[in-house]
Amino acid sequence: MTKKLSIIAMSGDFDKAIAIFTLASGAAAVGYEVNVFFTFWGLDIIKEKSGRAFIGKGLMARFFNFLLGGRKNLPLSRLNFAGASPHLMTAMMKARNVATLPELLQASIDLKVNFYACEMAMVVLGLKKEDFIPEVKDVLGVAKFLELSNDGQTLFI
Amino acid sequence: MSTVTLDITKEHCPMTFVKTKIALEKLAVGDTLEVLLTKGEPLDNIPKSAAEQGYHVLGTESVREGVYKVRIRKSV
Repeated sequence: MTKKLSIIAMSGDFDKAIAIFTLASGAAAVGYEVNVFFTFWGLDIIKEKSGRAFIGKGLMARFFNFLLGGRKNLPLSRLNFAGASPHLMTAMMKARNVATLPELLQASIDLKVNFYACEMAMVVLGLKKEDFIPEVKDVLGVAKFLELSNDGQTLFI
Repeated sequence: MSTVTLDITKEHCPMTFVKTKIALEKLAVGDTLEVLLTKGEPLDNIPKSAAEQGYHVLGTESVREGVYKVRIRKSV
């Protein structure tokens, strides 16, 4: 039976996004079926517009999405220094030949990691499936996620 | 039946596994992948996970201090 890893990606932090895609791509590379369920701040990681954008339905939602800033503006969970640290961290990762966030995301896509978006969080933030990268397979709720993750390991990040 | 060489000695987790997997997926039946890797996690786990995924690990040999060559064939 294929081994399976399912990750609930709730955090929109840079370092946690690194952890999500490191685990996802690494597990897929050693033969796991991998599901990543993006919810709440995690949705910011998979937006098609990777920078700041006023997207979403409703004025409040548009401001929230703008302030979140997209994949290119994910904050470090510690020592963020007003957004400077993720850039410094990326430079350090490149210098040390460690995969950066875009590389880990691409590796996850290449190895066919399944991306899903949380329906409820999308409603709150006024987002629709078309606001995400095309690799997002489906929009799910709790019941479907439990069904997908059944008989495997599940992580909450 | 060709042989492809992949050097992952300068890579770190998870790209050691990612690059190996992508290279393995590109093989045709009968092709062999030679992976140059370092001891530690890559040496411990790349032959193991390749075998688990149905590839045939032909052997491992020492190339130089701390660097090994693992030969993996796609048999089916």
